[in-house]
Amino acid sequence: MNAYRHTVPAIALRDLTVAYDREPAVHHLSGTFAAGSLTAIVGPNGAGKSTLLKSIVGLVPPSEGEIAIEGGAGERIAYLPQLAEIDRSFPISVIDAVSLGLWRDLGMFRSLTGEHVRRARAALAAVGLDGFDARQVGTLSAGQLQRVLFARLMLQDAGIVLLDEPFAAVDERTAGDLLALVRTWHGEGRTVIAVLHDLERVREAFPQSLLIAREPVAWGPTAEVLTPDNLRRARYISDGWSDAA
Amino acid sequence: MIYDVLIAPFADYGFMRRALVACLALAIGGGPIGTFLILRRMSLMGDAMSHAILPGAAIGFLAAGLSIWWMSFGGLLAGLAIVLLAALISRTTALREDASLAAFYLVSLALGVLLVSMRGSSVDLLHVLFGTILAVTDDALILVASIASITVVTLAVIYRPLVIECFDPAYLRATTGGGTIWHFVFLSLVVVNLVAGFQALGTLMALGLIILPAAAARFWAGAVWSLSALSSALAFLSGLAGLLISYNFNLPSGPAIVLTAGLFYVLSVMLGTRESLRTRYFPRAHFHE
Repeated sequence: MNAYRHTVPAIALRDLTVAYDREPAVHHLSGTFAAGSLTAIVGPNGAGKSTLLKSIVGLVPPSEGEIAIEGGAGERIAYLPQLAEIDRSFPISVIDAVSLGLWRDLGMFRSLTGEHVRRARAALAAVGLDGFDARQVGTLSAGQLQRVLFARLMLQDAGIVLLDEPFAAVDERTAGDLLALVRTWHGEGRTVIAVLHDLERVREAFPQSLLIAREPVAWGPTAEVLTPDNLRRARYISDGWSDAA
Repeated sequence: MIYDVLIAPFADYGFMRRALVACLALAIGGGPIGTFLILRRMSLMGDAMSHAILPGAAIGFLAAGLSIWWMSFGGLLAGLAIVLLAALISRTTALREDASLAAFYLVSLALGVLLVSMRGSSVDLLHVLFGTILAVTDDALILVASIASITVVTLAVIYRPLVIECFDPAYLRATTGGGTIWHFVFLSLVVVNLVAGFQALGTLMALGLIILPAAAARFWAGAVWSLSALSSALAFLSGLAGLLISYNFNLPSGPAIVLTAGLFYVLSVMLGTRESLRTRYFPRAHFHE
């Protein structure tokens, strides 16, 4: 993927409340994911992390407040759903699955050209799956499938990249390789936001963090967000949810 | 001898030829529809929808007797209404979609049988429930063939989003903003194909030529296009073989066709090249000999 050439967008949240299944999942969240920032969203289970990503990408409408993409009108948002939301038994080849990332170029009807196939192969090579083109997705391990989905993200070539638990359920080596890709995207000036669980990894690789427990707990430089006090407060809030797992 | 058994029935009798053409049309539309139903794990939903068509067809019957157009039109409306209602109920109540469908189809079946019995004889009821493939009229053939054409063209148009929606629905919605629309277009295709099958096989077995060949194909093919093509081929073969069995042994044709499709399914489960019983328990049997 070449260095990102367009204006880099920021994402501003203004008093955002999002309800999921009529349960408010994110309360009164205000703040900005700065242009070109690399942010981890962390928090207890049921804290609304995935819901927040879904509302930024437009899958769940805000019930109050607004989400504004600033400095890049009509900017592409690339979104990585949780691995569990994908039907891995569906009969689709690796090269086809990666090529889905070309939707913006191809739409419903245009056909793949040699140039598209070349780009898809290059993306596969970049995630370490050279020669996997014809394999069925169902035969891949969780880690390999996540690599395929990262290749698809690369083809989307978006200014904003949202990742929902990109390293859950994948082996350490895959997580390391994929994290290197995330750092590359950050280096290219894209705005990257990832929902993560592993706080060590966040401290190590993510300069910005947002700690939420349905309501915002802290947002800023990772070292100032992931303090023992803030984490305790997030856990305390989550203990009060009657329906939390 | 072979001519008498395999060719003569079609050469001698127009109703057999028409039945065969009807099977071909049903197979062409039903193959890909069945494939997607199975890939989306919606086989039982298809079953529920096929029952839901019954009261609509019955109202058509009440209005105009055994008229293919009125009964199909009624069935179509009822099927589409059920699709919308089921989606609405599962979205607004605690009941999941499959439970609300089961509730609908039990009510529909009872209502349909009641409505047909109000005016018709038990023979009419049998026709509606089990179809009359040997009495397919030219009108019915035109209907079934049109539905096959509409199905194939529509699937070609929505193929890409439909595949993405099966594989990764969140990605489709995030990237294109659509999602639900393709689901409903597909469900509508299911309904029209059930309406087509209803004339030939009745509401109770219309799904037979759609689901059984597609389920069998899963043990041989591994891509959406090959699954669809194979299940169309198996559906047509089932129609052909079923009609011949029914003719030569004087058996009812609808059940003969569906049972033949069932036989293909059982053979595929046992002998198929993909994840069948044979590959599971005798993975390298051909090397031992």
